[in-house]
Amino acid sequence: MQDLGISILFKGVNFQRLLMGLWVTLRLALITIGLSGVFGLVFGLLMLSKRKIPKIFCRCWLEIVRFMPQLVLLYIVYFGFARLFGWDLDGETSAVIVFTFWGTAEMGDLIRGALTSIPRHQTESAAALGLTKGRIYLHVLIPQTVRRLLPQAINLSTRIIKTTALVKMINVTEVLKVGQQIIGQFYRQPDAAFWVYFVIFLLYFLVCWPFSLLARHLESHWA
Amino acid sequence: MSETILEVRDIHKSFDGPGVLRGVSLEIREGEVVVIVGPSGCGKSTLLRCINGLETIDSGEIRLRGEVISGRTRDLHLVRQKIGMVFQSYDLFPHMKVMDNLQLGPVRALGRPKAEVEREALEMLERVGLRDKAQALPRTLSGGQKQRVALVRAMMMHPEILLLDEITAALDPEMVSEVLNVVIDLASGGMTMAIVTHEMRFAEAVADRVLFLEEGVILEEGSPEQFFHEPKTERARRFLQSFTYAARRNRDGIQPKNNPGD
Ligand SMILES: Nc1ncnc2c1ncn2[C@@H]1O[C@H](COP(=O)(O)OP(=O)(O)OP(=O)(O)O)[C@@H](O)[C@H]1O
Ligand SMILES: [Mg+2]
Repeated sequence: MQDLGISILFKGVNFQRLLMGLWVTLRLALITIGLSGVFGLVFGLLMLSKRKIPKIFCRCWLEIVRFMPQLVLLYIVYFGFARLFGWDLDGETSAVIVFTFWGTAEMGDLIRGALTSIPRHQTESAAALGLTKGRIYLHVLIPQTVRRLLPQAINLSTRIIKTTALVKMINVTEVLKVGQQIIGQFYRQPDAAFWVYFVIFLLYFLVCWPFSLLARHLESHWA
Repeated sequence: MSETILEVRDIHKSFDGPGVLRGVSLEIREGEVVVIVGPSGCGKSTLLRCINGLETIDSGEIRLRGEVISGRTRDLHLVRQKIGMVFQSYDLFPHMKVMDNLQLGPVRALGRPKAEVEREALEMLERVGLRDKAQALPRTLSGGQKQRVALVRAMMMHPEILLLDEITAALDPEMVSEVLNVVIDLASGGMTMAIVTHEMRFAEAVADRVLFLEEGVILEEGSPEQFFHEPKTERARRFLQSFTYAARRNRDGIQPKNNPGD
């Protein structure tokens, strides 16, 4: 009798391989999210600066990120940079560069939005208390910004986690790639593909779901 | 005679269009309560905002206890520590409990020890009847309670002068008096104040002196008795009349209606 498709997942180290692939996905996403948060803060503040040049620079950056498919950006960095500058970047590094380029702009725009959504009276009444500019930011504006920002930032983070699936196109062996390898080995098993992708779906769900629960919790908690 | 706290000399201020303040001068002495009234858009808020540096003035001079405070940028926060201000909108910091709102200025701007500030804050809250709200978040308070906390927050800085800009304008009518009573209490305690208000009966009760501002100039100045009962200018008379209502004539024969929309 032929095995059920799902059983192939428990043959040998297949499941472990999937988990290793998932770890690659997560590592990539976490590095990207961390860097995007740090650079995004700078980006957001630049967008709010009174000077024209940084503002225009950030706007252009954001537009590029919005209209360029991430996959194209990945190809440009992974294949293009090697040809153009002779940089032989490995897939993961290329992915971190591209996703951070994207995440920085998106996060920066969220930070800008959160900062501008705070009424002017908050700044003014903090100023009227005689607080310095730095302290107004530290005690009044940033805490409120973070509260508005965090749910949206978490949503962006889950988007980043999902988008990392693209890196299999530049030869990074993340969870989806591992899945395809497993399916390839069991090509005789017609329903293997379904079960492998189903498990990958579950894995993504298990990773992203807590994030969206957290986002929803924070949203209602701070509303 | 008591010392002059605030001296505003011939200040001018315009935004894009014509001048909003066109040569305003005034002097407020220690412990004095000056009420500024005038029609909407005459520059009352702008005047108060210029005093604590939220707006820059185009010309003129502002002094606090003799020290020039206008035209500064670098150490403006030090000036503002001596000038309290409460606005019309509820401007408590929504992410902080009442107690943290009250402590922020004294602890973070003045560097006073937290425990001492907390004790004082509780006493002040007691005075305005909100001691049990120390740990509450602003959004759980009523408008009147918020404005009382905002007053306490400004007072916690022990300012030389308190500027109040229509602090009851956004309140439901039944909450106005609980806030204004706190102001009257502060006035009795000797607090120096410049108050902008549309509550004329309150103005009359609290003021030592009334200024009537119109189109960016002080048109009339006098004691509350004089200003409210025998205004000198026709403009002031008309302004005061806008707060009274003509009695209905011919009451006989009109059936009382119970129409709520009427
Ligand atoms: N930041 C600003 N930019 C441009 N114009 C302003 C600004 N602030 C105030 N003005 C204008 O200055 C004039 C005076 O405004 P101000 O707020 O001082 O009036 P006010 O006497 O406080 O009126 P109200 O009783 O309605 O509060 C108004 O015509 C207003 O439109
Ligand atoms: Mg006003």
